[in-house]
Amino acid sequence: MSYLRPSFRHPLLPKNEIGFTKADYEGVISTLCAGCGHDSVSGAIVQACYELAIEPHRVAKLSGIGCSSKTPTYFLQQSHGFNTVHGRMPSVATGANMANRELIYVGVSGDGDSASIGLGQFVHAIRRNLNVVYILMNNGCYGLTKGQHSATADEGSKTKDGVLNPFPAIDLVAMALELGATFVGRSFSGDKTQLVPLIQAAISHPGFAFLDVLSPCVTFNNKPSSTKSYDFVRAHQEATSTIDFVPHKKEITLDYQEGDSKQVKLHDGSYVQLRKLAPNWDPTDRSSAMDQLRSAKLEGEILTGLLYIDQDSKDLHELEKTVDRPLNSLTEVDLCPGSKALEKINAEFR
Amino acid sequence: MQQLKGVNDIVVRFANVNGTGSASANKLFAKAIVRMGIPVSPKNIFPSNIQGLPTWYEVRASEKGYLGRREGVDVMVCVNPQSMAKDVACVRPGGYFIYDNTKKLPEQFIREDIHYIGIPMMQLSIDAYKDPRQRQLFKNIIYVGALSLLLDLEFKVLEDMLAELFAGKEKLIPLNIMALELGRDYVREHYEYPLPIRLERRDKVGDHIMIDGNTACGLGAIYGGATVAAWYPITPSTSVAQAFERYANQLRIDPETGKKKFAVIQAEDELAAIGMVIGAAWNGARSFTATSGPGVSLMNEFIGLAYFAEIPVVLINVQRGGPSTGMPTRTQQSDLLSTAYASHGDTKHVLLLPCNPKECFEMTADAFDLADRLQTPIMVMTDLDLGMNDHLSPPLEWDEQRQYDRGKVLTAEDLEKMGKFGRYLDVDGDGIPYRTLPGTHPTKGSFFTRGTSKDEYARYTEDGADYVRNVDRLLRKWDTAKKYVPTAERYKEGKHSNAAIIFFGTTTYAALEAVDRLTEDGLSIDAMRIKAFPFGPEVEQFVKEHDQIFVIEQNRDGQMRKLLINELDTNPRKLESVLNYDGMPITAAKICEFIVGALAKVETD
Repeated sequence: MSYLRPSFRHPLLPKNEIGFTKADYEGVISTLCAGCGHDSVSGAIVQACYELAIEPHRVAKLSGIGCSSKTPTYFLQQSHGFNTVHGRMPSVATGANMANRELIYVGVSGDGDSASIGLGQFVHAIRRNLNVVYILMNNGCYGLTKGQHSATADEGSKTKDGVLNPFPAIDLVAMALELGATFVGRSFSGDKTQLVPLIQAAISHPGFAFLDVLSPCVTFNNKPSSTKSYDFVRAHQEATSTIDFVPHKKEITLDYQEGDSKQVKLHDGSYVQLRKLAPNWDPTDRSSAMDQLRSAKLEGEILTGLLYIDQDSKDLHELEKTVDRPLNSLTEVDLCPGSKALEKINAEFR
Repeated sequence: MQQLKGVNDIVVRFANVNGTGSASANKLFAKAIVRMGIPVSPKNIFPSNIQGLPTWYEVRASEKGYLGRREGVDVMVCVNPQSMAKDVACVRPGGYFIYDNTKKLPEQFIREDIHYIGIPMMQLSIDAYKDPRQRQLFKNIIYVGALSLLLDLEFKVLEDMLAELFAGKEKLIPLNIMALELGRDYVREHYEYPLPIRLERRDKVGDHIMIDGNTACGLGAIYGGATVAAWYPITPSTSVAQAFERYANQLRIDPETGKKKFAVIQAEDELAAIGMVIGAAWNGARSFTATSGPGVSLMNEFIGLAYFAEIPVVLINVQRGGPSTGMPTRTQQSDLLSTAYASHGDTKHVLLLPCNPKECFEMTADAFDLADRLQTPIMVMTDLDLGMNDHLSPPLEWDEQRQYDRGKVLTAEDLEKMGKFGRYLDVDGDGIPYRTLPGTHPTKGSFFTRGTSKDEYARYTEDGADYVRNVDRLLRKWDTAKKYVPTAERYKEGKHSNAAIIFFGTTTYAALEAVDRLTEDGLSIDAMRIKAFPFGPEVEQFVKEHDQIFVIEQNRDGQMRKLLINELDTNPRKLESVLNYDGMPITAAKICEFIVGALAKVETD
């Protein structure tokens, strides 16, 4: 396993339109197990931000506790990061977002972090439509404490130590749809062609953009029978569509056949172009997404792709009617009503 | 029969049913006394319930300006048959029991040693008003009218206040005044007035205001520049966040767009509330939460994160009776230890201890400066008595020249000019490192915030020496905090005695009254009020100077005493607890009784 990353970079490495190379979006070297799905997700985040030419310091990355929550050190080193406490990243992200609406917030969590200890905060962040890209690295087990079942573990599955899980799995995608999430997608750490544009679309979405990313735990939960293993996901992944993300700066030049593709306009003017759409499914119709998800589940398939998007999403700042300027940039002049106003208030209490 | 006599030294208690509109009538009574220039301290004694249970409102008027509670009820106004047995029992011998005699008073409530004044409040109200709700509401105003004559409460003052109260709803003014007159006229026709214990106009109030501590804290957060408030409803702190929001909607709306220069988030629980505060503060907004004991218990893990990751958090703890759900509508100062050392591992937190609404305002505003300066949680420790009751207080003041102290925050220009940035590097020896906010500079100053151990450059480490350096620096910061927190106040400077009292927060009123009473009895005693934790050198000095120190507090375990012993490493035998923890504010009589007894014991030993 490598433990050092050479600082040498080829001078002719390609740069994006703001002059950054892909390496500028990387983080420190990962300490996760070799082959961990999470590292691929980190790579997809790097790729997505590089392609979008996002200034790294305009991103704030937050996480909870667990293997997945360690990953924010492995991408976007020029961004501020916050490894909070177990299951409580959504609340910290909410506060951070309230303080400065201009940054891009990437929240990283795991199935232990979001489906168990932090289920309440996950639910309420959806309810408030917090403007955050919420990436859940889902492997069905607690890796960092050595492989216990998580709440997304398959019913009837066994841990490496042979402990049986008698409980049904919580499907956070179904739950997010039910709760009214404004952007819901599912993907696979091993499918970058799908994951990268999904992350890009999530970044463009003004509201809670939930991505459930199946991300196998090579050490504790990669048996072929596990629905979160490489083999199983590869065999059973049923993509709702193939996705292209088209930033608003670019013209749409891709040419698609009428009828098998759909163009979904995002809030900031960019597009998601979905091809090879599954039949009877419209990504802007919540109930069709829920139906589709249900029938795939009955057939033992894993539905991936952009499952639902609300194009009229209003984020928490819009709902709270806060000023356009970031609250953390306001000063005494903006905030302190002064002594005359206080004298008036005193008079009301005499 | 014993006769109570006196002017402007009186306790009137009202016994009502909650949810019947008595609160505004009772407040009208208390405030009218203030308008007559007589200091007043009202206490609302209420159940954890919305409608139908007994509630009391106790008003002490004191020409001498004593604002603590005084035991013994001189005049009881009882309009609640549910609590009548208790209400009859608590009247001082020679005192007055005013009741609704629309129905005959049952035999068992007759005491030989008190006076009874029956007023047919319900009947008068039924005869005068048609609407059932009005009948109930005006019954309350009727007894205020009766008291005006019995106690010499100026009728004109009441009339003026009603006119102010219903400005904009003028139709209600004559209806209310009629109720006052009904009560007044009934007394005029049936009883001798005024009573020998009564009120008389003075000029002892000055420019003071009557305000509750929670409103003052909310205003403190407005003036202190808070922009993000996250909270979860819990008695007795709820009205802090509500006051903040109410005033923010008046004072913090952008005139051009109508948008808000603040955000108030009602969280899903206290854990989320403090998490939001931490996130906002990390990102450079002044942010706070208000809660009570059970909320602080839930917030413990996050408080440790804020301490260890060094995030400027402001938490207002309006304490109530614990443990567990405890007495949610009664007062205590019983969260001192659990907040001073909140969270696991070695932690210590700054506490501010206001004693009146003016200090609630100032200390809340100061808490934001302190939090930014020290990069750590600052807890403003009030309690139900201070937070939810109206208090006569010096007016709130704001220095127009004051600027917020945002502490050590580096700008993009700073980062350009300096060498390598270390988030947890103690550059100037005070234990406080510099921080950067997300989004400051494209290539400099980013770091990873975490609750795990780290080195000076915010890199994760499990190296023991790195860990020790970091936590030792936090101790240096703790010493620095002693210079920034408010200094303890000494009273009666120059008259040293060997015995002393120490008090803080809402025990102040009763403690100062006790000092006066003891002095009148020829017992000179030194006094100090602690305003903050950590204790400054002046507290250490005071403890050193005295042989016998009474620590007055409102909890069972003598938590302040323990904190003093723990932090000052002093001889525990020097410190004696004077405690009150029945949920009601401590009284001067109780303090005096204990101290006189203890000092006598020393003499006879």
